[in-house]
Amino acid sequence: MADLGPLIPRNRDIHPVPYDPGYKTSVARSPSQPLLSMESGASEETGPTFGHGTFGALDNNLIMNFSKGTAPAIGERILMHGKVLDERGRGVPNTLVEIWQANAGGRYRHKKDGYLAPLDPNFGGCGRTLTDDEGNYQFLTIRPGAYPWPNRGNDWRPMHIHISVFGHSFGQRLITQMYFQGDPLIDLCPIAATIKNRSQLDRLVAPLDMSNSRPLDFLAYKFDIVLRGRRQTMFENKLEGM
Amino acid sequence: MVQPLDIHEETPSQTAGPYVHIGLMPSFAGIPDVYENQLGESPIADGAKGEVIEIVGSIYDGTGWAMRDALFESWQADASGKFAGQDGADPNVSGYCRFAADGETGEYTLKTVKPGSIAGRGGQVHAPHISLWIVARGINIGLQTRIYFEDEDNSNDPLLSRIEQRQRVDTLIAKKTAYGKYRFDVRLQGEGETVFLDI
Ligand SMILES: [Fe+2]
Repeated sequence: MADLGPLIPRNRDIHPVPYDPGYKTSVARSPSQPLLSMESGASEETGPTFGHGTFGALDNNLIMNFSKGTAPAIGERILMHGKVLDERGRGVPNTLVEIWQANAGGRYRHKKDGYLAPLDPNFGGCGRTLTDDEGNYQFLTIRPGAYPWPNRGNDWRPMHIHISVFGHSFGQRLITQMYFQGDPLIDLCPIAATIKNRSQLDRLVAPLDMSNSRPLDFLAYKFDIVLRGRRQTMFENKLEGM
Repeated sequence: MVQPLDIHEETPSQTAGPYVHIGLMPSFAGIPDVYENQLGESPIADGAKGEVIEIVGSIYDGTGWAMRDALFESWQADASGKFAGQDGADPNVSGYCRFAADGETGEYTLKTVKPGSIAGRGGQVHAPHISLWIVARGINIGLQTRIYFEDEDNSNDPLLSRIEQRQRVDTLIAKKTAYGKYRFDVRLQGEGETVFLDI
């Protein structure tokens, strides 16, 4: 197999700080020693693949998947769509994108969530899909509600959707959150604030995309995701190939 | 001014939060049948070649508490050191698994085959290991580490050799507790802190 080169090292400056007293749980859950940096190898450059046959027709439709297509979830209908690319700007095809979220009232379907907003009997809160040949993905869902959480005296999470992306290499693995344009809670959120560079946080805020909203049906929000790319190794390969 | 670089920056991470199981292991979260199947249930299928092993452990926060909400993913080679998709790889080894700390005890279990050693660039050989990725509430960017084995020859492994404080090498080595059984604990912070990777 051709050597596609090592992964481009992560720029940790764009990511959230691991230790942030404003987000209390991070205090005891952040390493105190520096990470050990090393060039990637096969363990990081390879990764699992998932076949199209594994996915059901409603897997990326959170409005209908929990009820098996029998009754829609309550809430503001939205299309969440975008493209998965790598740092070279190339679309990442056939890669797994998974999302999870609270319902329209801000409640998760999880045994640990006891928020007083009710569960929606027709909403599970998870979806999954593979990107297409160009790296595009889409989910039909409802806009999640903001919710309070135990941190400081009165902290609320802005409306958000959690996203997990694979890429083609285990070292590209990424989990992040999508926020919604115009939500005033973003500026007050200690989790959003773990990203210290405001222009980087802005990259997690999805704009309203009227060009992809469907009249009389749903609004659209666009959210592109960039995964680590590969370093070119033309000279190294020649040496190794001898 | 200079020419612009045609490079996009990686999307910033955010914590997986306390409800990560809904998205990645819905049946663990109490949502058993939204999908027909759950991804990463086992890294091996019947007929996988090699020694079947079971690794058990806990992940401790900086106060020594075994975390109940962590989620793990593992990625590994088959018994001959080949990854799924590579020429000659064992078709019964997907190499990929998702598992969670138990909600009551905090303990995880990974049942798999022991991987072989892996060929690296420039003729380097990596001792048998399993890559581990850990997310949870309070972890703002997923943590990478590796599980090596105490009954393998780890002396020339390029990654372990890079660890300056030699006593910390031990934090990446699973201890054999019985035939085919190992223990691998992760310590997030403080005394005995696991070596985490930027790789
Ligand atoms: Fe959340």
